[in-house]
Amino acid sequence: MKIFVCLKQVPDTEAKIKFKPDGSGLDPSGIKWVMNPYDEFAVEEAIKFRELNPGSQIFVISVGPKERVVESIRTALAMGADEGLLVIGPDNLDAYSTAKALAEAIKKESGAQVIFTGKLSIDTNQASVSQMLGEFLNIPHATVVSKFQSSGDSANVERDIEGGAKEKIQLKTPCVIAANKGLNLPRYASLPGIMKAKKKIIKEYDLAALGVSDLDRKVSYVQFTLPAEKPPVKLLQGDSSAQVSELIHLLRDEAKAL
Amino acid sequence: MPTTLVFVEHQDGQIKRSSQELLQIATQNNQKTLAVAFGSHAKSLASACAQNGAQEVHLVCDSKLDHYNSELYLAAMSVIVEKTSPQFILASSSSVGRDLFPRLAAKTGAGIVSDAIALTFEGSNLKAKKPLYAGKCFATAEFKNCSSQIVLMRANQIPLTTVAAGAGQLVEHSLPATDLKTIVQEIVKGSSKKMDLTEANIVISGGRGLKEASNFKLLHDLADVLGATVGASRAVVDAGWVSHDMQVGQTGKTVAPTLYIAVGVSGAIQHLAGMSGSKVIVAINNDANAPIFQKATYGIVGDLFEVLPKLTEEFRKVLGK
Ligand SMILES: Cc1cc2nc3c(=O)[nH]c(=O)nc-3n(C[C@H](O)[C@H](O)[C@H](O)COP(=O)(O)OP(=O)(O)OC[C@H]3O[C@@H](n4cnc5c(N)ncnc54)[C@H](O)[C@@H]3O)c2cc1C
Repeated sequence: MKIFVCLKQVPDTEAKIKFKPDGSGLDPSGIKWVMNPYDEFAVEEAIKFRELNPGSQIFVISVGPKERVVESIRTALAMGADEGLLVIGPDNLDAYSTAKALAEAIKKESGAQVIFTGKLSIDTNQASVSQMLGEFLNIPHATVVSKFQSSGDSANVERDIEGGAKEKIQLKTPCVIAANKGLNLPRYASLPGIMKAKKKIIKEYDLAALGVSDLDRKVSYVQFTLPAEKPPVKLLQGDSSAQVSELIHLLRDEAKAL
Repeated sequence: MPTTLVFVEHQDGQIKRSSQELLQIATQNNQKTLAVAFGSHAKSLASACAQNGAQEVHLVCDSKLDHYNSELYLAAMSVIVEKTSPQFILASSSSVGRDLFPRLAAKTGAGIVSDAIALTFEGSNLKAKKPLYAGKCFATAEFKNCSSQIVLMRANQIPLTTVAAGAGQLVEHSLPATDLKTIVQEIVKGSSKKMDLTEANIVISGGRGLKEASNFKLLHDLADVLGATVGASRAVVDAGWVSHDMQVGQTGKTVAPTLYIAVGVSGAIQHLAGMSGSKVIVAINNDANAPIFQKATYGIVGDLFEVLPKLTEEFRKVLGK
């Protein structure tokens, strides 16, 4: 069985954000790139699936600039994925083009039994590619998944919804599963894993070969701005009783937050 | 007049506040506002939709839509989009909104932007402002090559007012037959009956400063008095004190309440990412150098075990509870 994991590389959560001089986007200099944290759950779940289904093969696929994205693919290979697929593209492709490219590449690789993704990428918080991928491949999807089990031609999942509630869903496979935190504990790449990953194959595609052009772009970002400067904190003085009554007074009369 | 379709979410026979905001923003921007609601009781929402400006209320009153099913909702929504050809579609950045609309966008060739905090209508174009990189910056999303333009908005972005009521003309549609590959077998309710973190108007979050799980009771006591929802830092979620659905931050929930009270939370950059959009932030921490104070509106440098009970008691008196 073929399993795919779609992953995206994002700026490290500690990264300081600067813009290009013309304000047209992120200045990538000095940014440390990492695998999107939710995609780590996707890689781990694929490895667990392979353990239960011996003979399965895990392909990790990512779209983005070759020089950096290849590192996150290697990380997934070091965790235990079998083969990499790199779709060479710009660093700001929108969700529609990305999902289309992923779908076309997966079709060229003759399809998948299960496709794991993260529930969202922490750069744009867009949470769209997984569902779009399901649509382009005409297979069902489940997002925000914190439990996954599959047997035969179906998968049973739990999806986290508002208020701590969960939906228990059964889907026919093939399907797309978008991982939430709680699905598993991602393993670290071991040293032998890292050595082995160096020898694993990473196949390349370009967008044109997958039929994706600029006409597929539907969303672009402009007018980048930094958050407004915030006035300094008002520290409340006195003993705890004085602090508490001052706080309640300010919340009611100054901030009108009650 | 451009047509804006607003997907209305409801609970216990009431339109959710977030959907009300969307109906109002469309109406205030001179849109022909169409509301869409699903489920066996959807009809009872019609007058509330009209009151918030809806010219037409499109309904699929089918009990199969009482709970969310991605395929059935997609089928129902596709019918309405096809019949009404809206320029713009607005929905909440909620569990349902986030699951449904990206797939609808792929199906219909629409563009989609989620997690938006402000909208500008410019003729046949919609512009959506949204935070990027966990709120470290903002950008405006623009659409092109789209059949329609879909924006998912965060809750609590717009104050509710009174808008000119719409005609609220009812249009009923039936659910097309769908060969289901997805079956929702059961909904397991959460332990809390409180409003979800992402919708709450007041959020009180606890961190490692609370020392142990049982001390979260101090937060729940205060939350009961304020009608707030309790959140948490990742440190205490990872320690197993509270469940993941309570985590606020870059790898948890993004919240933007009117009031956010951080108790014993240091204010790591990943935590700030999830709450810096809050209107008023209160920090209670015994370390004056904790980074949370750089984001806070009001700060109490002190021992939370001393401050919290007093705060709860005072609020109880002031609010008469
Ligand atoms: C990839 C990644 C993603 C992450 N995502 C998230 C996320 O989504 N959300 C999140 O929250 N974190 C996230 N983190 C973790 C984050 O970096 C911090 O480790 C975490 O937020 C710290 O939690 P805390 O503030 O509860 O604990 P601490 O940092 O230990 O802070 C505890 C605070 O309590 C105060 N305190 C102690 N005793 C008292 C007392 N008696 N009275 C008053 N104050 C007291 C201390 O002064 C201290 O400031 C992420 C980290 C990484 C690497």
